[in-house]
Amino acid sequence: MGYIAVRGGAEAIEASIERLKYERLRKGRALDVGAAEAGLRALVDQVMAEASLYDEGIAALSIKQAEGSPEEAVFLMRAYRSTLPRSHYALAVDTRAMRVERRISASFKDIPGGQLLGASADYTHRLIDPSLRGETDEGAVAWVEEYLGRVAIDACDTNEASEDSAASRPEAPPASAIDYVRSLGLIEERQMDDAEPRDVTKKAIEFPASRSERLQILARGQTGAVTALGYAALRGYGATLHPTVGELRVGRVAVYVPDPFAAGSAKGDGDAYYVGELRITAVETLVPVQVHKGRGKTEIEFVLGFGACFGQNETKAIAMSLLDQCLESGDKRSAVQDEEFVLLHVDSVEATGFISHLKLPHYVTFQSKLDSLRKARGAK
Amino acid sequence: MNRERLYNFAFFDEGSKREVRRAILKAVAIPGYQVPFASREMPIARGWGTGGLQITLSLVGKEDVIKVIDQGADESVNAVSIKRLVVGTTGIRTTDDAREATIIQSRHRIPEFPLARGQILVLQVPMPEPLRFVESSEYATKRLHAEKEYSGAYLALFEEIMKYGRVATGADHPVLVHDRYVMAPSPIPRFDNPKMMRCEALILLGAGREKKIYAVPPFTKVASLDFEDHPFEVESLEGRRCRRCGAREVFMDEIIDDASGGAEYQCNDASYCASRTRARAGAPASGGG
Amino acid sequence: MAAEYDVSALRVEGLWKWFGPRCPRCSTGREEALERNYCPDCGTVYALRDLSFRLFEGEVLGVVGESGSGKSTILNCLYYDMEPSAGAAYLSSFEGGESDVFSVSAQAKRTVRNTLLGKVYQNALLGLKMGFSSISNVAEKLIASGDRNASRMEARAVELLGHVNIPPYRMRENPEFFSGGMQQRVQIAKALSNNPPVLLLDEVTTGLDLSVQAKVLDLVKQIQRELGISMLLVSHDLGVVRMLADRTVVMLNGKVVEAGLTDQILEDPQEPYTQELVHSML
Repeated sequence: MGYIAVRGGAEAIEASIERLKYERLRKGRALDVGAAEAGLRALVDQVMAEASLYDEGIAALSIKQAEGSPEEAVFLMRAYRSTLPRSHYALAVDTRAMRVERRISASFKDIPGGQLLGASADYTHRLIDPSLRGETDEGAVAWVEEYLGRVAIDACDTNEASEDSAASRPEAPPASAIDYVRSLGLIEERQMDDAEPRDVTKKAIEFPASRSERLQILARGQTGAVTALGYAALRGYGATLHPTVGELRVGRVAVYVPDPFAAGSAKGDGDAYYVGELRITAVETLVPVQVHKGRGKTEIEFVLGFGACFGQNETKAIAMSLLDQCLESGDKRSAVQDEEFVLLHVDSVEATGFISHLKLPHYVTFQSKLDSLRKARGAK
Repeated sequence: MNRERLYNFAFFDEGSKREVRRAILKAVAIPGYQVPFASREMPIARGWGTGGLQITLSLVGKEDVIKVIDQGADESVNAVSIKRLVVGTTGIRTTDDAREATIIQSRHRIPEFPLARGQILVLQVPMPEPLRFVESSEYATKRLHAEKEYSGAYLALFEEIMKYGRVATGADHPVLVHDRYVMAPSPIPRFDNPKMMRCEALILLGAGREKKIYAVPPFTKVASLDFEDHPFEVESLEGRRCRRCGAREVFMDEIIDDASGGAEYQCNDASYCASRTRARAGAPASGGG
Repeated sequence: MAAEYDVSALRVEGLWKWFGPRCPRCSTGREEALERNYCPDCGTVYALRDLSFRLFEGEVLGVVGESGSGKSTILNCLYYDMEPSAGAAYLSSFEGGESDVFSVSAQAKRTVRNTLLGKVYQNALLGLKMGFSSISNVAEKLIASGDRNASRMEARAVELLGHVNIPPYRMRENPEFFSGGMQQRVQIAKALSNNPPVLLLDEVTTGLDLSVQAKVLDLVKQIQRELGISMLLVSHDLGVVRMLADRTVVMLNGKVVEAGLTDQILEDPQEPYTQELVHSML
């Protein structure tokens, strides 16, 4: 407290920023942004989802600038996002109509279209592989060529290829495991609601929140925070019975923007423009709940929890689907069912910002408190 | 820097600025009422003044002159950081002199020089809800405000009198604006609360993380909450004198003298102190960043 | 009729409270649609069914019945802890007894609650702010009714707490550190703080030791005698009602089955249910 920074703030900041750059470069290696984008797929995905900005190149650049800190990278992306005009809202994306890269169900062994394991670390042994140390770009190219020679996959990552595939907009999405459970009458029927959601980044959330607002906030929630709260729900702080993953999908979905000049276009029946593809994770979780059926009868019915986020981040998407159900339940006995508790505390930029502000000087507030402590002691 | 290519004048796109300004207009129309707004993520951290910064950036024009202070100091690291961002995206002039600025963004202080008509004071707010400590739910506090039910705020003060013999609030002592809304004045010391009363300048308060903007329009009645027999009291200034400029009736920092271990005092408002010191030395008391 | 208004401190008319969706069958209100107070078709529970009664000035009206009969729901509705489904209530102290206190603005409801009513809950957690001193708890209603003089409120709180036998050296303590009987006494002091014309008492002695019960009941009786407050006293315990209530209503399944002078009901119950209840006490 003896030192009050009256002068020299500017110089100190300059020096601190330079020192930060030194820390990033001191080992004499400059991280290649392309290499970060190619090799840090999970981190790129996580950062894009938490930033709610889908751009792998900007995400990789942010990761480089943030020296790999997800919280800093998300922060950079979000601040950049604030400067972009919001010109259009896309049509609702049916996540069933995705070009599936991975699709699994924990509810049924045989799901329509079959289980597709795709790329997953689930069944790897988590043993550190020293051979990765010696990997080279040339080796990578050669391996991929050889792999694609023997395995036929839909590896079209490029935009040109996507546009081809998107030209045929699927009319009827393939049947899913959920459809089967629904056909048995075990899922509560809901009206399809494709109303344009209230954009939480354009209109501050007010409580009670709509489901679309909740899903937006969870989808851009900090991975660790969403996971922790979803875990709490699963352990008994909220979820009453054990939920099951009905279907988990990872793949690419096409995004369309309605023709801004066509009447009625917002409903999706007018012309729409294809603007690109996103890779997303989508999860439908079946949560058994007790439903009162009259005459003193109670039945078990399934309700669907929905989770989705940019990129491949399955743990977060599943946790999100659990929280979706907790918040839909209307029960408020546990913290993870309280929407103010959940929705106001999962955002990365908000949480890290407020916690880190404790590093700011608090001379005046502290001085004021000190004064009233002294007075109170004197008065006693 | 390639920042220029990537970012707009005053950082935001014009649509975002209009949205923030609409919230400000509503706030001015309902003094002390917290207007929810779609707080944007800023290049500085949430909790570091983003509410104030969004107000400043949405209002700033090329002719404006800005002053930024943090806990009374123009050169405090966070003030410098915010100033760099505003100047970096607008190129406008800065000043340390509170009398010369058209927009003053401040964290936790109101300058000692009285504010004048035409000026805008932008205060950064960490916790905009004065009732949060008696009621944790936003849904509930909104209703309490709507019904002007402020017993909770008074009860908290009454409890302090019962337990400590006096009101023991530090900074951020709640105020009643225009006889209608109880408002958190932001963590300014109690010493600054009376400066809000019928202030000639427009006071705007922004909470970025909590997504609220509220306002005290010029010449509005702002009364600190208190009881008839326990009137509101500012921090004790008794026997305090600035070791640099000799001022008495201003808010002071307490400095521990390294040699003696005793307490000395110095004006918390650094530019006020500097201009008094300059005036004493016979130099012109002007600002300039 | 008009003459009667002058003496009824509280008049409740056609009060309903149901929990559940209701269905075409049970919403007709016909007795045969329900099993006791429950609709077997849609699961709706009827806690109060078309209840009307008066509380005269200065009297203690006992409400007895088994748990689930709806007696606490009356108090919850009257104190705005719960929204009634239908019905009206008039307080002679509010707008001359002309306005239904259920249909006024939220702000007016707060005024009624803070200045014209007092309530003592069975569960002190609902009636007290456990983290605030006992004095503050009593002062809360004074603050809510607009008092801004701390020493006056403190004096009033000390007086009332003394009246309910809280020792002066414990008045600044939080009720969370008090015994159950002491907590009930703080609640009574709080409920009395604004001299409300009507006091609502919900099972005030339930769960307390017998000796403590007697003290709390004595206190209620003494206050009633001294201040002449009208009291609506809900209890499942006929002994409590016998000791305090001038008149008594007996409730079953959300309805009044019998009403009259307390002595008359205890000595000569007319309805089978009341007879059963009185006999079980003997």
